[in-house]
Amino acid sequence: MTTVENSQDIVQSQSPWREAARAFRQSWAGMLGMLILILVILFTFAGPFFYPVDPFEIVWAPLTPPGAAEQAPLGTDYLGRDILAGLINGGPATLFVGLVAGIITITIGILVGAFAGFYRGMVDEFLMRVTEFFQVLPALLFAMVLVTLFTPTIYVVSLAIGIVSWPTTARLTRAEFLRIRNLEYVNAARSIGARNRRIIWRVILPNALAPLIVAATLTIGIAILFEAGLSFLGLGDPNVFSWGLMIGSGREYILDGWWVVTLPGFMIFLTVLGFSLVGDGLNDAFNPKLRER
Amino acid sequence: MTMTLLVARRLLHAFLLILAVLVLNFLLIHMAPGDPADVIAGEMGGATEEMMADIRKTYGLDKPVYVQLGVYLTRALQGDLGQSFFYNAPVLDLVASRAGPTILLVATALLFAIFVGTLLGVIASHKPKGFVSGLVTVVSVIGYSAPIFWTGMMLVILFAWVYPIFPIANMYDITKSGGFFGRVIDILYHLILPSLTLGIVYLAQYARLTRASMLEILGSDYIRTARAKGVAEVKVYGHHALRNAVLPVVTIAGLQFGSIISGAVLVETVFSWPGLGTLAFESILARDYPTILGILFFSSLLVIVANLITDFVYRLVDPRIRTGG
Repeated sequence: MTTVENSQDIVQSQSPWREAARAFRQSWAGMLGMLILILVILFTFAGPFFYPVDPFEIVWAPLTPPGAAEQAPLGTDYLGRDILAGLINGGPATLFVGLVAGIITITIGILVGAFAGFYRGMVDEFLMRVTEFFQVLPALLFAMVLVTLFTPTIYVVSLAIGIVSWPTTARLTRAEFLRIRNLEYVNAARSIGARNRRIIWRVILPNALAPLIVAATLTIGIAILFEAGLSFLGLGDPNVFSWGLMIGSGREYILDGWWVVTLPGFMIFLTVLGFSLVGDGLNDAFNPKLRER
Repeated sequence: MTMTLLVARRLLHAFLLILAVLVLNFLLIHMAPGDPADVIAGEMGGATEEMMADIRKTYGLDKPVYVQLGVYLTRALQGDLGQSFFYNAPVLDLVASRAGPTILLVATALLFAIFVGTLLGVIASHKPKGFVSGLVTVVSVIGYSAPIFWTGMMLVILFAWVYPIFPIANMYDITKSGGFFGRVIDILYHLILPSLTLGIVYLAQYARLTRASMLEILGSDYIRTARAKGVAEVKVYGHHALRNAVLPVVTIAGLQFGSIISGAVLVETVFSWPGLGTLAFESILARDYPTILGILFFSSLLVIVANLITDFVYRLVDPRIRTGG
């Protein structure tokens, strides 16, 4: 009878996820992105406790520049509302739209792409025609039409962004499914009698997840940019305070006060930058081949 | 497959896409809350009963839906996209009068992005860890993350206050006179900032893409062969490598045409560029649905045409596709 005397002799198996997590921690882009996102989230969710000013309250003279008045350290907007309070309180709504729209985009994209790539033939032909059709419509204009026809609430805005942005994810998912569907482990699953539904969701999807996670991260950033664009055109939810709303209402005053639009725009830039960098880091982590470049 | 047959197939495909966009437009009018007549009349502050009855009759709203769809499609294919109640003009005329500036803006930005982007990408691939490489990566990450209207506004602020050398609004100066060439130069002068704003995002992406594909190609066997037989380095880059490296850029540029038009909507609004984007913005403020839908239709048409062009350019650049191998 033998026993393992020395525990160091046991080779620890490394799961690819743990391997990727390690690579992610070593990617400066990913870590910088995480840092930016954590700071943005802290600023916007913990901010109200340290700086309890109502973003709707008029605190000082309109269009006061940053640093000119103690009551409004980052200046005031065209009505005299505090910009700093706006930056703090405008975050959650913008992040909410980004997350919800991102989830809608990814869900539609994965469903369409998985069915097209798995079933191929007529199903693929039909779904890809639909995808192509959605790619022909300029996304922002289509979203503008949807939001104008219905009322601009944050839910309609999120849904509209999701409806116009899913084709990229669908194409990516389809390509992954086409690649994986004929691999040996899929054939093995089929040979032991696994049903299609099981093969799609339990066998192929988990193996296609790495590029989809990268895409999902980038999708949230793009959705936030979309929301900002719609708000800039005056199509944001007028009843929910967001960075987009600050930009939309300050648009006409940029030559009177640069800070009114520059500062909320910078917050959006930082947030999207955070998501892009995390996406880059994840991409490096999941694709060891790309790391050297 | 013969070329004629291929062209015919492509055109049929494009036509079906156009039909599909029209059907979508029709559905959007009918899906909106309220009577389509309300939607068409817009929130004009109370169209009179006669006007409403008139709209119902012109659009055949008293007939079954499929008849309405038929009427709508026939009219649209004859060039009748409806009447704008806000501008009091046919939508087709409105769209046609604004299409030129948008096409000029988008084409300039795209060509600028493709040429400068490819060039930067090639330079960056020469020294993969050099300064240009780093710059391309940083600019592309920033360009990707910054809202395009925000970049535009930063340029407006910069050039309105700090360096007032470029015009920050409109397409030309009405007060200036100088004949045809004077006007052309003036328009180009006004075009600089908007096309720079729109182009810079894609420029960085194309540079990054070119760099990546150049690096891959420069490591391939036929490049080593070319170098081994003594081909000059300039020719290796320009003739052997670049011709292959430019293919992904063409593909992506074609695919991105829709998103460039979306960007143009925002850029036009920032710089008061009198194109389809500002028209869309104005008609949304006025709730002028026929005009908005007309713009959606026309810009989709632009994307379809751009895709056809990309397809043929691709065939031109890559002989492998021409032979179907």
